Amino acid sequence: MVTYIIRRLIAAILMLLIVSMVTFAIFFLVPRLAGATPEGMASRYVGRTASEETAKLAAERLGFNDPVIVQYGNYVKGIVFGAEYDYGPGVETCPAPCLGYSFITRQPVWPDLLDRMPVTFSLAVGAAVIWVLVGVGIGVVSALKRGSLFDRAAMTVALAGVSLPIFFTGLISLVALSYGNPFSIFAQGGHYTPITENPIMWAYNLILPWVTLAFLFAAGYARLTRAGMLDTMNEDYIRTARAKGLAERVVVTKHGLRGALTPIITIFGLDFGLLIGGAVLTESTYSLQGLGKYAVDAITNNDLPKVMGVTLLTAVFVIVANLIVDLLYAVVDPRVRLS
Amino acid sequence: MTAPLDVSGPHLPGDEGAGPSAGAGVAIQGRSLSQIAWARLKRDRVAMAGLAIVVFLILVAVFAPLIVNLFGHPPLQHYRNMVDPTTQVPKGAFGGISTDFLFGVEPQNGRDIFSRVVYGARISLLIAFLATLLSVVIGTVLGVVAGFAGGWVDTIISRAMDVFLAFPILVFAIALAGVVPDEALGLSGDTLRVSLLVFIIGFFNWPYIARIIRGQTLSLREREFVDAARSLGARRPYIIFRELLPNLMAPILIYATLLIPTNILFEAALSFLGVGVRPPTPTWGGMLADAVRYYTVPHFAIFPGLAIFLTVLAFNLFGDGLRDALDPRAR
Repeated sequence: MVTYIIRRLIAAILMLLIVSMVTFAIFFLVPRLAGATPEGMASRYVGRTASEETAKLAAERLGFNDPVIVQYGNYVKGIVFGAEYDYGPGVETCPAPCLGYSFITRQPVWPDLLDRMPVTFSLAVGAAVIWVLVGVGIGVVSALKRGSLFDRAAMTVALAGVSLPIFFTGLISLVALSYGNPFSIFAQGGHYTPITENPIMWAYNLILPWVTLAFLFAAGYARLTRAGMLDTMNEDYIRTARAKGLAERVVVTKHGLRGALTPIITIFGLDFGLLIGGAVLTESTYSLQGLGKYAVDAITNNDLPKVMGVTLLTAVFVIVANLIVDLLYAVVDPRVRLS
Repeated sequence: MTAPLDVSGPHLPGDEGAGPSAGAGVAIQGRSLSQIAWARLKRDRVAMAGLAIVVFLILVAVFAPLIVNLFGHPPLQHYRNMVDPTTQVPKGAFGGISTDFLFGVEPQNGRDIFSRVVYGARISLLIAFLATLLSVVIGTVLGVVAGFAGGWVDTIISRAMDVFLAFPILVFAIALAGVVPDEALGLSGDTLRVSLLVFIIGFFNWPYIARIIRGQTLSLREREFVDAARSLGARRPYIIFRELLPNLMAPILIYATLLIPTNILFEAALSFLGVGVRPPTPTWGGMLADAVRYYTVPHFAIFPGLAIFLTVLAFNLFGDGLRDALDPRAR
């Protein structure tokens, strides 16, 4: 068990390193290969109107003349120890988890990310609770009543659900239930109240995004759970459980569902990790100022350090979520522990 | 097909009239696995409906200029006279729907929504097909290599798959699509954007195919007919191309069909976020992004949204049916 945990931990750290390298390469190597000069990169900090001389100086000070590998080393160093940015008019310090320094606002990226996190986190957690309960529940009932009217209706809705893009359902929900005159019962997009301030307003403002996001995922999870349940309920150990006289309820929950849940847990880890790293589409549709919207806005402004920060943070969330899932696996499934 | 239980192939002349159906005078026809699957698929009405819609959409995409010529207006042409100059909202009921403008016109510049939806099918299907092709090629090659070679090759490829699956693909894709300049590698304009999107979408999706192909290869490798080929002195390329690949066609086909709708949604999402094919070229995702600003004119969102929905649904229906037909156990 201990070796298993250690091996998973090492794998997670390695993965993080690789992801950070690839991310850095995309943002600082690809533009160079595409023909951007160190001065060009630096001019993003000092402004396009700055003279050639200033840009050259800034490029030197900000380290854009160094080989990309050295720049990467400095970036990682900044994350661990903090860094100082000298873009000309003055030196700015960027304390410990320094994920770089915005081109546009000349502010460190990390505090921004901390600021946005609660929004995305609220959105993801609320939606996840709904979609896991609804999706897995419907999947189980569908599998047990296979071929019934409920099963067919649920699976039709689920198929429609996985075929609808969220920016379409979100838009329609806003038009029909929020902006539209007759049923304007839900909050318009772009509103967020911290839960510490007013829990009721927090939930009221988020209910529409929650339901829209959960609908998409619940549809997928219902399909997966149904398929998994149909598989496990045909296993020999289910027949054994029935043969020894267990109540059907116990057979379904303790034996059937437990077997069907393992692949669901894996996918949940990935989905949830990705989501708390920024529900890009949902936040864009509902104008919620979370991490995903932050990334999109940064990309629109070509503010690479911000984009890089969000990407890296998302990767961290995914990797941590995967790690938790791996450890949960060991708890749920004894075979994992031993292998 | 070289499946172990394949019953296809020509009959011996002596077969005819020897079986139980001797009196009927009809030769017993051997059926290949693909014929059996096709017969099963034909009975599945839902899947056939999906296939019909898919074929229809492909025809729409191919003949877009002709269709727009007959029923619409040029997709880039502005019709400002169709739009109220003060509110920027289309004149007439339901966003200006009429026999002239079948789906109405866009707010502000009054472009024909029908033509733009029809042309949008081109970008959407082109990118989805090519990206799927790329994923399938990379995924199949690496999957077969990993499964067949085993050992450290397998370890490296499997770890690479894990890394790809842990990437925040959407954020990565928007970032990558955002940093590439408007001119690169001698390409520019729509050609560059389409190639870029195909590359990004295709390149990030191969692990899903590779994982399945690797698993299948692992189990096929141990089967008797592969042993038989090996003992007859067959070389590796022969075993891979003549023994393994034909048996991998079914999963490849199924997962390729099911990857297309995912890729359509992916492309639409990228266009929605403004990093897809650049305007004014019409894309479904891009139209939805424009529609966000005009929520008082819901028809603007409904037509491109329904186009995405219908396309994705059709591919999903067909893909599910195909899976059931080719692999009845997977029901």
